[in-house]
Amino acid sequence: MASQAALGSMVISILPEILLLVLVIVVLAADLFWRAGRQYLGWLTFAGLALTLVAAMVYSRPAGASSLVFGGMLRHDWPAFSFQVVFLFAAAVTCLLSVGLSDIGDQGEYYALVVVSTLGMSLMAASADLIMLYLSIETTSIPLYVLAGYLKRDDKSAESGLKYFLFGALTSTVMLYGFSLLYGLSGETNLYRLAEGLRVGAITPWVLGGVAMLTVVGFGFKIAAVPFHFWTPDVYEGAPTPIAAFISTASKAAGFAVLVRVMLVAFPSIEFTWTALLAAMATATMTIGNLLALGQHNIKRLLAYSSVAHAGYAMIGLVALSELGAASLVFYLVAYIVTNLAAFAVVVLFARSAGSEEIADYAGLSRRAPGLALVMMVAMLSLAGMPPLAGFVAKFYVFAAAVQSGWIWLAFVGVLNAIAGLYYYMTVLKVIYLYRSDDEDKPIAVPGPHALALALCVAAIVIVGTISAPWLDWAMAAAKGIF
Amino acid sequence: MNFPILSIIIFTPITMAVLILLLPSERPGLIRGFALTAAVIAAGLSVAAYISYDQAVGGYQFVEQLRWIPALGISYHVGVDGMNLPLVLLTGVVIFTGVLISWGIDDRPREFFAFLFILATGVFGVFASLDLFQLFFFFEIAVFPMYLLIVIWGWKVTREYAAMKLTLYLFIGSVVSLVGALAMYFTSGLGTFNMLELEQAAFTPAFQRLWFPFVFLGFAVLGGLFPFHNWSPDGHVAAPTAVSMFHAGVLMKLGAFAALRVGIMLLPEGARFWAPYILVLGTINVIYGALIASVQTDFKYVIGFSSVSHMGLVMLGFATLNLNGLTGAGLQMFSHGVMTALFFAVVGIIYDRAHTREIPNLGGFNKVMPLVAVAFIVGGLVSMGMPGFSGFVAEFPIFLGLWQVQPIVALIAALGIVITAAYIMRVVSGVFFGDMSAELAGHIGPVRGQDKVALAVLAGILILIGIFPAVMAPMVESGASAVVRIVGGM
Repeated sequence: MASQAALGSMVISILPEILLLVLVIVVLAADLFWRAGRQYLGWLTFAGLALTLVAAMVYSRPAGASSLVFGGMLRHDWPAFSFQVVFLFAAAVTCLLSVGLSDIGDQGEYYALVVVSTLGMSLMAASADLIMLYLSIETTSIPLYVLAGYLKRDDKSAESGLKYFLFGALTSTVMLYGFSLLYGLSGETNLYRLAEGLRVGAITPWVLGGVAMLTVVGFGFKIAAVPFHFWTPDVYEGAPTPIAAFISTASKAAGFAVLVRVMLVAFPSIEFTWTALLAAMATATMTIGNLLALGQHNIKRLLAYSSVAHAGYAMIGLVALSELGAASLVFYLVAYIVTNLAAFAVVVLFARSAGSEEIADYAGLSRRAPGLALVMMVAMLSLAGMPPLAGFVAKFYVFAAAVQSGWIWLAFVGVLNAIAGLYYYMTVLKVIYLYRSDDEDKPIAVPGPHALALALCVAAIVIVGTISAPWLDWAMAAAKGIF
Repeated sequence: MNFPILSIIIFTPITMAVLILLLPSERPGLIRGFALTAAVIAAGLSVAAYISYDQAVGGYQFVEQLRWIPALGISYHVGVDGMNLPLVLLTGVVIFTGVLISWGIDDRPREFFAFLFILATGVFGVFASLDLFQLFFFFEIAVFPMYLLIVIWGWKVTREYAAMKLTLYLFIGSVVSLVGALAMYFTSGLGTFNMLELEQAAFTPAFQRLWFPFVFLGFAVLGGLFPFHNWSPDGHVAAPTAVSMFHAGVLMKLGAFAALRVGIMLLPEGARFWAPYILVLGTINVIYGALIASVQTDFKYVIGFSSVSHMGLVMLGFATLNLNGLTGAGLQMFSHGVMTALFFAVVGIIYDRAHTREIPNLGGFNKVMPLVAVAFIVGGLVSMGMPGFSGFVAEFPIFLGLWQVQPIVALIAALGIVITAAYIMRVVSGVFFGDMSAELAGHIGPVRGQDKVALAVLAGILILIGIFPAVMAPMVESGASAVVRIVGGM
């Protein structure tokens, strides 16, 4: 009986993953047998993801203490659960954005790949074992490589897929080498037991620091931190826009989920080394991301560099090495994800009607589609960190965490970077609101699913920005669960 | 008092902004009606709050407090005392007259009024704020609509440059202050952003001396303190009339007030240490601003630099750290706000009709718009600190206070008044008297009724305070004495 109860709770803990797997099969089967309903596949996937989200919220909330399940492969805890909720939300919005787009909107494989990737992310957030970690990262990445190159007749998309794959494969090899050294040094693959092994064994901090750096390579690629960011603009530009949105939000958050867990759990003995390393990386990531964004003419490339910069801000939360810091990181990712999804939603809609991704072509948008212009304004101002939007409180918490832990210089680097960010976000708004164009009388269609996605994201941006207490409390609970 | 008057004042504009955005854009009359309603409510309630403030009791009144982010000790916390209540009133006056002056905006009036009201909510929120986080929250809300207002409806020649410059300056200032505020929060160990509690935090002198410049200067950027004033004349000139009024009239006070509230009141020892340097910078503001104003040929730049000069007097008043100086600074913030709003309204009225602001090309406007000329001259007399007008009521205590700490600074700063008189008289004679040039004569349209009401309200307030200082001076003095108790001056 006892073992049955334990099995039940173990199954409940991976309920979202099970449902996602079922959803993959349902979507593929529908694609195969329900030819007439293909244009509803996006809605079907959205409904499945929304259902999974609700089921996860109701049933698989971690009850008491965090527990290792499935022989220590997974850890059922608040951070994993919080990240899973975020991934499911991002994937659901991504599916809504894909509905009705040519070449992807009615393809079963497309939605199935999105769901498989979400499944991988969900496992990434919960992985407590090096082997599980590596498998889940690959489960996430491989579908994303395919999705980035999904537009077979589009050279840029093919380039995007290949580039993403090559970078991903390289960094993942380096990371795997790091994992093998970790195993060699400690004799364990479980992160929590491995940390014990590293503490007891007399390993020089230099060696351990080197190993930490090798693993950071892989995570740095996932979160697009400098110097592992080179793929970002090309991949975002070439990939189908909803996929660019997905990569820049959910995939980045998944990278952070493992980065936070591995760093905090496996390397507490050398925390001074890796916080210094990550502080330097955060500085470079923010600064280079923002500086390169200044000169972009393509909105997707601009958002790509801006997403690099945002990885830098979020890393400050990890460097702070405190509960507030980890909470601020989780909070930052939530705010960033809802905001970036809103921005990409506008990009999808604009490209759909106007056929362009050049910032200059956004001229006159405020007359052409005042509502869409307003959404873009909300998204840009939230990315820039303006109240009363999510981005402001998120930045506030991150900088607060930095100041609390004595990283005053890093807080200054952050706030000065926020100004560079403000400049290019404002420039986009200037084009939208000030410049005129000849196409002002051509309306921009906003179909139902996209309107729903926009409404969800804008509501989330405003709610997280104004009533942030419950979300912060949630992030705090997640932060406590990591340690 | 249970009626949440301050919250209603703060949130009426932004609520109306959302409603206005939902109106159809082809109904400008309806949009203006909504805008005027919101402005009347906000202004009327500010007057009501001003009148019903109980001076006998003093201290913070109409206080409301709600838990906002309890994990970090952040609350929504508003209240007004003698220092910030006049500024709330000023904002009410300027939003009311600003809506009247903007009656003729015909390019996307819906967005214009919506952004203007978001700005107004930010300003009210900062002035009434008793929570440090909330102060920043509203401060940023007040900054970003400015960019769009200037870049979309501003003067075509410089608007893109000026709007970006302004926004970046103000944002840099506020984020630098923000880091300082976070340092205060964590160093205090109180776990609260409540400014009334942080006042009791007793930071070490070394901490205060280190962080005071960051916090004070960060906000003083918006107050136009030399050498960070550079954004202000460009911004004023490029902005559309109502925005210039708001900007010079209210936003610069926002910076000065926040510098006082956060910089001086939370870090009093830092303020005492750095006061001499602020005296020097403020004096440069007064003299340099006035000198630059007197060589400008563009009417609007004259007024823009005059704001820099007058805000210098506010900073000087702060830096005295005594009762006279702070009372004068408080009065000057109100008086200058109304006066400069009046100036920019006049500039706007003339530019809309003459399509030039070059003083040599103007002239003879007293014949076609006598009321406007009278209003401007009233503003000019305030600007020169003439007895009987509010400028005297404000500047006299500042100079008294300065004399108590540094007579030499008082003497030098007084020169600023002489230069002010010179450039104001030059503008008055160049724009309003003399003969109108041939290409303008006969082409100047009539002044709208709304404009006349706005000018009459602004000029009336300036005269009222000049003749009956008792309507404001005792209140500001009670606020200033609270500051003095904290900084421990005379």
